[in-house]
Amino acid sequence: MLHKKDNKLEVSAIENGTVIDHIPAKALFKVISILSLDKIDKQITFGTNLDSKKLGKKAIIKLSDTFFIDKEINKIALVAPQAKLNIIRNYSVVEKKVVEVPDEIIGIAKCMNPKCITNNERITTRFSVVSKREVRLKCHYCEKITDQEHIEIV
Amino acid sequence: MKNKSLVSITDYTKDEYLRILSLADEFEKKPDPSLLRDKVVATLFFEPSTRTRLSFESAVLKLGGRVIGFSDSSSSSVTKGETLYDTIKIVSNYCDLIVMRHPLEGTARFASELTNIPVINAGDGANQHPTQTLLDLYSILKTQGTLDNLTIFMVGDLKYGRTVHSLLMAMSQFKTTFHFVSPDELKMPDEYKYYLNCLGLKYTEQKDLTANIAGADIIYMTRVQKERFSDPIEYERTKNAYILKNKMLEGTKENMRVLHPLPRVNEIDLDVDANPKAYYFTQALNGVFVRQAIIASILGLK
Repeated sequence: MLHKKDNKLEVSAIENGTVIDHIPAKALFKVISILSLDKIDKQITFGTNLDSKKLGKKAIIKLSDTFFIDKEINKIALVAPQAKLNIIRNYSVVEKKVVEVPDEIIGIAKCMNPKCITNNERITTRFSVVSKREVRLKCHYCEKITDQEHIEIV
Repeated sequence: MKNKSLVSITDYTKDEYLRILSLADEFEKKPDPSLLRDKVVATLFFEPSTRTRLSFESAVLKLGGRVIGFSDSSSSSVTKGETLYDTIKIVSNYCDLIVMRHPLEGTARFASELTNIPVINAGDGANQHPTQTLLDLYSILKTQGTLDNLTIFMVGDLKYGRTVHSLLMAMSQFKTTFHFVSPDELKMPDEYKYYLNCLGLKYTEQKDLTANIAGADIIYMTRVQKERFSDPIEYERTKNAYILKNKMLEGTKENMRVLHPLPRVNEIDLDVDANPKAYYFTQALNGVFVRQAIIASILGLK
């Protein structure tokens, strides 16, 4: 699916669906896991370690016949805050979206504090977002901060 | 405040602190031995503690209430593998109020969401211990006559000490000036200094315990623990620099008082104990009045 054009690798176009671009390369598999892309049966193409001026190495995901509601897609803002979405209909981009970090994160991330009750008993995690640009999450339970570098997906 | 759990010092407003403190004063002046008649308070101590548990139990008993519970998780069903979830669900059937201490952080918040019965956090790991903060406020108020515009020296382990962090959060609402006295390795974390900057409050940082001490209204001592140091030589070098000795108190204000959350190891020399400025034992007694006030207001009896 990868074609060479002007010395650049490009992923082939899709007819209908969603393209998620500007994912930091190292966050690709976290995005896949957050959106449960390993469990859908639609055609998916992804490329990673592509050169990007903004991110150094970026990844891109193209999903045929798949669309997301904002609430669902905003979950990836935790690991890919600069991600951009292109909604494709009939081979053209009909809408562009950016992701937005929600004010509260429930049940996606893991608290980085090993002594937090959420890492010791079955509890749905809950965080308030104290900083959005460089994502910083404050655990509702132990009140400790989990920063972007340490965000792990449940 | 009826039915309002006390998990974190920031759960209560400044007005609520003041209400608790005036109620504590009422209990100190006029004991009420029948207020908690027919009330059962469960003290669930998943981790041992002397002062906190005994002062809570004493507070309940002096108000005529009854206490059930355990002082160590080895004498509870936790040893059989029961989850905290189940323990709280069950205990809620037996009491009107839960007081709990647990070595894991966030347990009191979790417990307060599992039950309709109010929960008082008596310490969750290194996180919060709000009743300690309220008794510190009470001790400051009693010795200074006010909480406003005071100068507080915080000494020792300012990096990990949860009591100094909570006290800072609470006192920052009363235009306090802070002096942070600690070795480099145990300095006040940036997030708290940032918080004070946002409020426009003054603070200084210093390594020398005696510098500017004449301006202090309160010296709040904490323990410098060996295991906090990454470099054992650094510990040896600094350990004696943060021991308060009676001689150092010369020239301090007449009504300056020395506070310590206790237990003390060696950071306050025994020769300070006889000085009228040593207040830490009375501070521990104040814990009983303050806990009476907290319990009575949460149960809606005052």
